[in-house]
Order: sequence, then C-alpha cells, then structure tokens
Amino acid sequence: MLKRERVVLASLAGLALVATAAFLGLNLRGDLAFALELRGVRLLALVLVAVAVAASTVTFQTVTANRILTPAIMGLDALYAFGQTALVFGLGAYGFASLDPRLKFAGESTLMLVMALALFLPLLRARMDVTLMLLSGVVLGVLFRSLSALLIRLVDPTAFAAIQGASFASFNAVRSDLLAIAGVVTILAVAAIWRARHALDVLALGADPATGLGLDWRRSAVGLLALTALLVAVSTALVGPVVFLGLFVVAVAERLVDTRRHAVLLPAAALVGVVILVGGQALLQHGLGGEGALGIVVEFLGGVVFLALLISEARR
Amino acid sequence: MRAVRRASPAGLAGVALLLALASASLFVGAGHLSLARLTQDPAAWTLFAASRLPRTLAAILAGAGLAVAGLVMQTLARNRFVEPMTAGGGQSAALGVLAVTLLWPAASLPVKMAAASAAALAASSLFVAVAQRLPPTQPLLVPLFGLAYGAVLGSALTFLAWRTDLLQYVEIWINGDFSGVLRGRYELLWLAAAATALAWWAADRLTVLSLGRDASVGLGLDYAAMMRLGLVIVSVVSAITVTTVGMIPFVGLVAPNLVTRLVGDHLRRATPWAALAGASLTLGCDVLGRLLRHPYEAPVGTVLGVVGAAAFLWLLFGPRPARA
Amino acid sequence: MIRIENVSLTRGGARILDDVSLTLPKGGLTALIGPNGAGKSSLLSLIARLQPLQTGRISVDGLPVDGTPGRALAKTLAVLRQDPGVASRLRVRELVGFGRFPHSRGRLTPEDEAVVAATLDQFDLTPLEERFVETLSGGQRQRALIAMTVAQATDYLLLDEPLNNLDMRYARDLMRRLRALADAGRTIVAVLHDVNQAAAYADRIVALRDGRQVAMGAPAEIMTPEILDAVFGYRMRVVDLEGRPMALHHL
Repeated sequence: MLKRERVVLASLAGLALVATAAFLGLNLRGDLAFALELRGVRLLALVLVAVAVAASTVTFQTVTANRILTPAIMGLDALYAFGQTALVFGLGAYGFASLDPRLKFAGESTLMLVMALALFLPLLRARMDVTLMLLSGVVLGVLFRSLSALLIRLVDPTAFAAIQGASFASFNAVRSDLLAIAGVVTILAVAAIWRARHALDVLALGADPATGLGLDWRRSAVGLLALTALLVAVSTALVGPVVFLGLFVVAVAERLVDTRRHAVLLPAAALVGVVILVGGQALLQHGLGGEGALGIVVEFLGGVVFLALLISEARR
Repeated sequence: MRAVRRASPAGLAGVALLLALASASLFVGAGHLSLARLTQDPAAWTLFAASRLPRTLAAILAGAGLAVAGLVMQTLARNRFVEPMTAGGGQSAALGVLAVTLLWPAASLPVKMAAASAAALAASSLFVAVAQRLPPTQPLLVPLFGLAYGAVLGSALTFLAWRTDLLQYVEIWINGDFSGVLRGRYELLWLAAAATALAWWAADRLTVLSLGRDASVGLGLDYAAMMRLGLVIVSVVSAITVTTVGMIPFVGLVAPNLVTRLVGDHLRRATPWAALAGASLTLGCDVLGRLLRHPYEAPVGTVLGVVGAAAFLWLLFGPRPARA
Repeated sequence: MIRIENVSLTRGGARILDDVSLTLPKGGLTALIGPNGAGKSSLLSLIARLQPLQTGRISVDGLPVDGTPGRALAKTLAVLRQDPGVASRLRVRELVGFGRFPHSRGRLTPEDEAVVAATLDQFDLTPLEERFVETLSGGQRQRALIAMTVAQATDYLLLDEPLNNLDMRYARDLMRRLRALADAGRTIVAVLHDVNQAAAYADRIVALRDGRQVAMGAPAEIMTPEILDAVFGYRMRVVDLEGRPMALHHL
C-alpha cells in the first residue's frame, strides 16, 4: 500500500470516528441510557447501509467493468421494492403483515436474487454497449418502480403514503427489527467480497484479460452479482431505495485514494459511506435541524456526480 | 391536412379508435353512467358534463400535446429517445410553480403557469444545449443524461417541497392523474392544443432543424429563432400539463416513436399522427387505470410509467433496432 | 504443441471458421495472416478459451482448453486481445503485476516482484512504472499490456494484432522482442496484419481465408505471388531483399 493511500484511509477512519461521536453525543438529553441505545441502533443501521452500498457498488462496477454503473442505477433496488410489493400482492396485505419480518426479508432477498441474476447475466454476457445497458437499466428501474406503485394501488387503493414513502430513502426511521439478520448478511457478504479482492482487481481488466489470467469469469461474475444483490437487499430493506448514493460514495473514494485496487478502494468507499451517512445525519439532525432530508440531499449530490461522470466519460 | 387525407383508411381507423376510447372514457368510472340514465337523470347529466366530459377532453388534449411536444423535442435534440417530461421539463415546471407559490402565494393561475413555463423553458434549453454537445457517436447518452437530469431536478424539487411542507402539492404535480379534472379546471389545456397547432404550422421549418445547425443555416433558416420556437412549444406544453393534471411520463416518447417508424420523420406528416397516437395512448391508459381496480382508480401517471417503460424497452431491444 | 482438430465456429448464422485442423509445434514464432474476416482473431480466442468451442477440439501442451481449470491453463498460456481498453485506474507496475495473478492469486511474493521488475526492465517500462495506464500513449500502453502478458511466464503466448497502435519504430522493437522471446524457448502465436513483418520475424506462417486454412509453412514458402493471391485475393509482387522475401502489397 502506498503511503498516500495509508494516509487517506487513516484520515477517513478518523473522520468516520468523529462522525460517529457527533451522531451519538450531540444534544444528548433526558434518559442517557435510553437515548444512547436508540441512537446506537440507528448508528448500526446507518453503518450497515453505508458498508453494504459501498461494497455492492464497487463490486458491481468492477464486474461490469464500468465506473458509471451502480446496482441502484441499474434498477436493482427498484427490483427489490417490486419483489416486496409482489409478495404483498401474492399474499394479501393481511397475510403479509402477519409474516415474521425476517422470513419476509429472506423471501424478498431470494426473489430479488433470482430476478437480478435472470436479468443481468444475459445483459452481461451479451457484452452490450454500456450506454444501452445503462439506459435500459434506468428504464427498468422506472418500470419496476411504477409496477410497485401500481401493485400498491391494487392491493390498497387508498394508499398514498406508501408510494410517497417508497420514493425516497428514509435514514431517520430504520427497520430495527431487521438489524440482526441484515448485520449477519452484510458481514458474510462483505467478507466474501474482501476475500475476492485480488480477483476483483483482475476482473476490473475486463472479461477477456481476466479469463486469460486464469479466472473463470462467468462463475466469478455470477457469485459476485449474487453478493451484490444480497447487499442491495440489505440496504433497501433497512432504509428504502437509494439511487445515487453508491455512485457518489465510490466516486469520492476513488478520487481520494486514486486507485482501483480493491484492497484499498473497498475500505475507503465503506468509510466514505459512513462519513457521509452518519456525519450527514448528525449534521442535519443537530446542526441544520431537519432529519428526514439526508436521503434527498444525497440523491441530489449523487445525481450531479452521475451527470458529471457521464459527460466526462463521453468527452474522452 | 393533405398527408392525413392521403392515408385516409389508416387515419379513419385511428380516429375511430380514439372515438371508441373516448366513449369508453365517458361511461367508465366510479359512478355508474349509461346513455339511458343520461337522458332521464339530471344528476347523471351533471356527472357527465362536470366530470366525465372534461376528464376525457383533458386526457385527449394532454396526450396529443405531450406527443407533439415529444416529437418537437426529438427534432431539436436530434435524438429519438428524449421526451420533455422525464428530461427535466416536468420537474422544472413543478419547481417554477412551487417557487411562485412560496414567493407570492396569492398569484393567479396564469402567473403560476407563466412561471412554470419559464422554468421549463430554462431547463429544456439547458438540456438541449448539453445534448448537442454530447458526442453524436453515442446517441443513447442523450436520453440517459435526460433521465438523470430529470431525477436531479426532481430531488431538488422534493427537497424544496419538503422544507416548506408542500410535499403533498408537489406529489400532485409529479404524479399525473385525471381523476381530479372537473369543468373549469382543465381548460388551460386548450392552450397546449394551440401550441400543438403552432408546431404543425411551423412543421417544415422545424424539420429542417433536425438536419443540424450547419445545414439549417445553409438552407437559409433562422436557426436560433426556430430553436427558440421549438423550445417554447415544448416548455409550454410541459408546464400546462404539469400544472393542470401532473406529470405524465413517456407519452412524448412512445407515441412519436411509433408514429415516425410508420410515417417517417417529417413533422408535417408526423404531427397529426403523433397527436392522435398520444391522445389514444393517454386516454387508453386512463381508462385502464379506472378499470384495473374498479371502482377505485390507479393514476394515469403510474399506468403510463408501466406501459411507457415497457414500450421504451421494446423500442430499445425490439425488432428493427431503432437508430437514434 | 497446439493441436487444433476440426474446429468450426458459427456466429449469428455466419460461418466464421470452417473445419480448421492444424498443429503448431512447440517453440518458435507463428504468424497468423489473412484478410479481414478470415477468422484469425476468432481462432486465437478459441485457443485461448475466451470463447466456448462449438465443435472440434483444441489442446495446448496436451491440456484440452475446454476442460482444463482456468488457472492451470493460465500458467501455460497467456493471451492479449486487441486493445482491451483497461477501464480501471491502474499504475503500469500494477498492471504488469497482474500477469502474476495465476501464480500467486494477487498477493505478490518477492519472487513475483522480481519477475515483474525484470519484465518492466525488459520492455523499457521501468521509467514509467508509477504512471497510470490511462495517461500513456497508445504505444506505451500496448507495451505495458504485452509486458503483463509476458510476466505471466507461460510457455505459450497468443497475441492478437500486437502491432496495432504502434508506429514503425515500436512495431520493429516489439517484433524483435518477440523474436528474442521465441529464441529463448517460448511458443508465440501472433495475428499480424503486415505480411512483411511476418516474413521477417516468424518461423512459420499460417494463412487463413474465409474461415479455412489456405496455406502453412516457412515464410519463404508462403511468400509467393501465387499463395498471397490465394490468401488476399489480389496479385502482388514479391521481391528478394538480401535473402528475405518482401511483398510489395501496397503497389
């Protein structure tokens, strides 16, 4: 690891610690133990989301050998939301509500895994033009989002809040009942990705060079895509869809460490994610006095980064 | 109307389809309505005249307007896969209304409409300016840029609305829905029809724009003026649609693409067809939304989100790969 | 030894390769020549298992390419396609280091580091080792990619149009390096566009046309107006220049 990379990683870790401290400590009032526990749970959720989004985005970008692609831009989270509503639709609202949330999560994740592989493997194997792939991903995202909205209407015609709630991630109200299972899934998936970090370096060269270097490209791509899908399921289940967060986090991290080596980029992206989510939430909650808006702000910034990347890649 | 007359059998079929959809629209809905009751029951007549007829007209006008606006936008951006609603036009129009509502709550409807049009004009001009600078070798980049640009403007809109507690209003603008259309609340859409007529009047010159700046100037056209006219048409239609019925996605994309596949890119020929197709598509989706979970309704924006996205994918991957 | 038996390939209804059988002995530099669309690149990528075999069999050093684990094959055979357009931000040293991936799975041992350093040196890349690949010129990038392939330290090297993007000087440099590698015992198969480069440096030439093998032999045997006509579809003069045949293909 280069010195510069070590310095960047260390400073990011420091920033993440500061953000965590601010999140936990600012404006503590009333029953300390209770407040800390509440904040601790939310902190854990934010960290999980940050790590899951960062790792899944880096992995997805590498497998597809493109820096503008992220699972969310390709509609994966919309796919998850669609799976969710499809389950509601299939089971009926009552049957759905009476299910154990962990069982639901498992069901939704499996559904998403299958759909994601069914959708993206052919796309990847066809090695189609990246812009076409991106565009179809974005449109697929719109399709699944609209389908979910439509299904919600069909299940519960008076629903209004549900649709609105689904259109932006809420970092304020996280699903604490899923925290344990989400934590386990994230740790396992991230560990598997970390183990494959050298293989990821090779995959980033593209399918042909990776095969030439002895990697079974297809098998690696399937495995890594499955891990990506799991991580997206985790983050979407915890806070809802985040389209541009991953792109934003990874773009910033890559700028900072100036390398695509995964042994450096993965931790850097995760740390940037923690700094942005935890720090941003602390700032909005205590400094700027608005807690629900982080999702919107991040989407805005991420969208701008996306446009910038798009134009700069096109100019090359 | 020579172009239409020459293709009269197909034209007749199209008009017949639209009429069939319109009569379906007039008699489908939460309240029961039939021809027999219409003549006997004054309440039924009120429902018909105050709600069903305006709703049907609104869907036709909005659909036709959006389709023609899409056609014009595709000509200006020289790209088949763009449309005003999702490429920032809709979102910026809503931003414009929101800004006026915040700064001058007592503003009259025309003022709000003007603000919406101005905002949409600014956003569309920026979009077309960027679109022209993107490399022509990658035509799909333009719609991709448009969708992301729309998403960014959309999140700015949501943020502003959320800070000012106006999220519910914005929700109405973002999600196109004809269920709230009543007599006296939709008539501005006739302005969109006027903009459509303007596009048809200028069709020849607008078509020349699709040859690009150099060729247009070479043919003696005032390129900048025609560009402005086209952008004004697109913006006014977007703004009026958003403020009266809300954002209706993909009509401006799907209808013109279907039409130009059949009759070609000349606006003189394609405009009436696009209007017809857009009106039928919008009306059909509105009726579908009313039928899916009768007596409840699914908003037309949602239905078109599904139908339009699916059609978009078909345009991208379907037979005869379209070259943008 | 590379053994190709009854290999055919169709893509989208078009026949790319039509029942090709040939055996390339171990050692030496083999040039694959032929007009556009002859199937040279396809044959190369089939040998390198970058595409699945449809019919027939191919083995490299006795290893069947469709049945051998990727890693084992990667220690036997290295391949470089036409500019794969490295998308990720990598330094030259890191790129060349990837050549060691089949040996150490990414964790470079001191031994690997030594191979990388030697290869960088061999290709005059040491002054550039800290540069990002995307900042290199076309020729430098091509050299770095070839260095990565060489650092894989395999007995067999497959190169698809390695002279692309190279000016005359670098093209000559590269051919000399390949010649030296072949003399040191490696087996090299390269798709070459320029028959004169093939004639000057290769030990044998395989000529393809329309998916079939048209001719195979030493440069002196292939470089005749008749055979070149059969391969490229037009007659060109072949002159003798200090004992080497040279085709005046541009006249």
